[in-house]
Amino acid sequence: MIKLDSKIPEGPLAEKWTNYRASQKLVNPANKKKQDIILVGTGLAGSAAASSLGELGYNVKVFCFQDTPRRAHSVAAQGGINAAKNYKNDGDSVYRLFYDMIKGGDYRSREANVYRAAEVSNATIDQLTAQGVPFAREYGGTLDNRSFGGVQVSRTFYAKGQTGQQCLLGAYSGLLRQIGKGTVTMYSRREMLELVVIDGKARGIITRNLVTGELEKHSGHAVILATGGYGTIYYLSTLAVNSNGSAAWAAYKKGAFFGNPSFVQIHPSSIPVLNEYQSKLTLMSESLRNDGRVWVPKKKGDKRPANDIPEEERDYYLERRYPAYGNLVPRDVGSRAAKERCDAGYGVGDTGLSVNLDFKDAIAKQGKKAIEDKYGNLFEMYEKITGINPYEEPMRIYPSGHYTMGGLWVDYELMTTIPGLFAIGESNFSDHGANRLGASSLMQCAGDGYFVIPNTIGNFMSGEIRTSKISTDAPEFEKAEKDVTEKIKKLFAVNGKQTVTSFHKRLGKIMWDNSGMSRNEEGLKKALKLIDELKEEFWKDVKVPGTNDEINQELEKAGRVADYFGLAKLIVTDGLNRGESCGAHFREESQTETGEAKRDDANYSYVSVWEYKGDEQEPKLRKEDLNYEFVEVKERDYK
Amino acid sequence: MNIKLKIWRQKNAKAKGKFVNYSLDNVSPEMSFLEMLDALNNKLIIEGDEPVAFEHDCREGICGCCSLYINGTPHGPGEKTTTCELHMRSFKDGQTIVVEPWRSKAFPVMKDLIVDRNAFDKIIAAGGFISIDAGSSQDSNAVLVRKEKADEAFISASCIGCGACVAACKNASAMLFVSAKVSQFALLPQGKVEAVERVQAMVAKMDELGFGNCTNTYACEAVCPKGISVTNIARMNREFLYAKIS
Repeated sequence: MIKLDSKIPEGPLAEKWTNYRASQKLVNPANKKKQDIILVGTGLAGSAAASSLGELGYNVKVFCFQDTPRRAHSVAAQGGINAAKNYKNDGDSVYRLFYDMIKGGDYRSREANVYRAAEVSNATIDQLTAQGVPFAREYGGTLDNRSFGGVQVSRTFYAKGQTGQQCLLGAYSGLLRQIGKGTVTMYSRREMLELVVIDGKARGIITRNLVTGELEKHSGHAVILATGGYGTIYYLSTLAVNSNGSAAWAAYKKGAFFGNPSFVQIHPSSIPVLNEYQSKLTLMSESLRNDGRVWVPKKKGDKRPANDIPEEERDYYLERRYPAYGNLVPRDVGSRAAKERCDAGYGVGDTGLSVNLDFKDAIAKQGKKAIEDKYGNLFEMYEKITGINPYEEPMRIYPSGHYTMGGLWVDYELMTTIPGLFAIGESNFSDHGANRLGASSLMQCAGDGYFVIPNTIGNFMSGEIRTSKISTDAPEFEKAEKDVTEKIKKLFAVNGKQTVTSFHKRLGKIMWDNSGMSRNEEGLKKALKLIDELKEEFWKDVKVPGTNDEINQELEKAGRVADYFGLAKLIVTDGLNRGESCGAHFREESQTETGEAKRDDANYSYVSVWEYKGDEQEPKLRKEDLNYEFVEVKERDYK
Repeated sequence: MNIKLKIWRQKNAKAKGKFVNYSLDNVSPEMSFLEMLDALNNKLIIEGDEPVAFEHDCREGICGCCSLYINGTPHGPGEKTTTCELHMRSFKDGQTIVVEPWRSKAFPVMKDLIVDRNAFDKIIAAGGFISIDAGSSQDSNAVLVRKEKADEAFISASCIGCGACVAACKNASAMLFVSAKVSQFALLPQGKVEAVERVQAMVAKMDELGFGNCTNTYACEAVCPKGISVTNIARMNREFLYAKIS
């Protein structure tokens, strides 16, 4: 039986990472050259890890499904990246950043990992700056900071509304440098479809060449997944449409445990659904709520244009419900409040599924120019998509799936329960608890890639210096390849009448309705049944056109949706188990008299860790108890 | 709306391609251009035909995946707009839209509307970076950077690598793409150390890969969805000249 050991180093919080590095095992440079590492995914975490491991001397093989590593979805992060530099002299520190993350995550994350994430944040900013990332500057030439949701200091570094793009391109250039040097080999247009485990250790992957359809066997002494989150399970989300959960799912089925799958962040402000063919939802940065006021009409079903509704007939519901934080409540709170108003019949727009985000007062007070300086590119983006000018009419926004705090369970070394298999960035569960704070995703990805995994992987690799090159002739590779071949054949063989996308949309709706912003036992149980039925229908009536030996985007989608049925059930099962409300996970049965989330520390202060037991079997639940040694566990209150 | 489409179909890199006509009803002006193609593909799949292959990912104008010549213009009508940001309200009921892949020898067609833009990665790998290993950087504020330089570097750095500049150029020149990266680093003190080697290596690689030269038509700037200016090319030429004489 696999033991759940989080391997947290001894000692006071602030010394754990230092102690760990002082005592970990190392691999000497000559031996590193003989060791192969497979890395899947080239977002900020993957690119940063690939270049750093290449710099150390390992042979790194990197895989991405896009045509080039620069396209990964880290590119779309807007607002910023946090670091505890305290450049503003406003009382920031590593401890404060750590504390904000623990509290923001509603006390459902592991102290030691979160502290380390805060600790390496400063070196991360230095690394990115040195790589030529053009962060915003003050007139004196120093780096600028801005504030972000739910904290009292200014610690967010940014590059306009394109911070993710700039950080990713910085990491990408470092990766390309190593590719040029030959320490890293790049395999683009490849999708990982299976993990290969030999004698209990992760030793390789099976990929499909997305151009030729050929299945390829790749071996390594270790495998790192940097494959992002599974937010596209809702079909409509702020994610890139090709983002998927298949690599994590393959790892789970091979024995990697899954942590807190039901913790999914629904971001309160994205452009709402405009037509039935809508394929994605575009984020409107949290920073807009600094100046925008959120409202709906006081009268149910009021269909007048927003500008025709007089002031006294508007309900600024966030300011009404949360006078202390107003429009700047955390993401989970803002999302639920919007849903509540729309469900009660006060929503605006043709569908009634949106609320107004109004800049009228800010423009009157600060002038149009000031607003344009702060949010120009976002206003432009909004107008391109909706055709509405937000300087003249309020934006219409609605929550949408955005980020998955849950992911593969990892220990302090970021190793999963399969020895030699690591998960970094959004693909692991470790740093954000039940709710992620703004600008901490880029921070975690870059930190994991540049500074955590290059240090922690050595402990495992030091045990492998006598292991010769892993042969892809091993029967485990043959078996894995055969499994993939059969799955592909099975997908084509159905030859039904409905498109893959139509199934994905229906799955998304089941998840959104029953396992989205608000969840209850009845709905979750219903969802389990509906997912089973839909899965059955999929395998009877899906249509995958074309053949395997060519570019076949429908086949790619089909494989991802097929995996999502299983992951959807796991999310729902986890949500059912967690009878409390915490962070983004709101169980209607667990709320206060005024409708706020009610956490239950006595019964649920743990990470739910799920073990795969078979497609038709219930997964097995284990618990990693969360013992808070260094912070006092409190209630979150935004009134 | 009803839309008539004339789309380039090509089975694979080796096959001969041709235009195929399609007609699509019930197009809503609210749909994005790619959602219109999704609707077409939906129809094709249900009718037993092969869907049109095209590249796309973020669908919000930042990843650089989407491409397409639309009615003869890279990324279609609309200033500073990627194909995925284009909406059907930009077209009229009954209009015919011609959709082609990027037309450039350096970007060979792989299938239908998908082209191979791998050459861009090769140019970056040749020198489009600052050589700094993780762990060896100093405090970010140890080197001050003038705000105007940082802002200018940001604009150059906002290139999404879509390749519209190459596709629009009659010489298939990659000068705008390469110069944007050269400029970003030339403007920042961090990039100065390797400036000479960088510009030489990147230009040499660009030439080696068969990209053409710049003859100042400014077609690249006109179609760049991020509004990257040809002044970057002028800066690269200066950097290149300086590198030669130094």
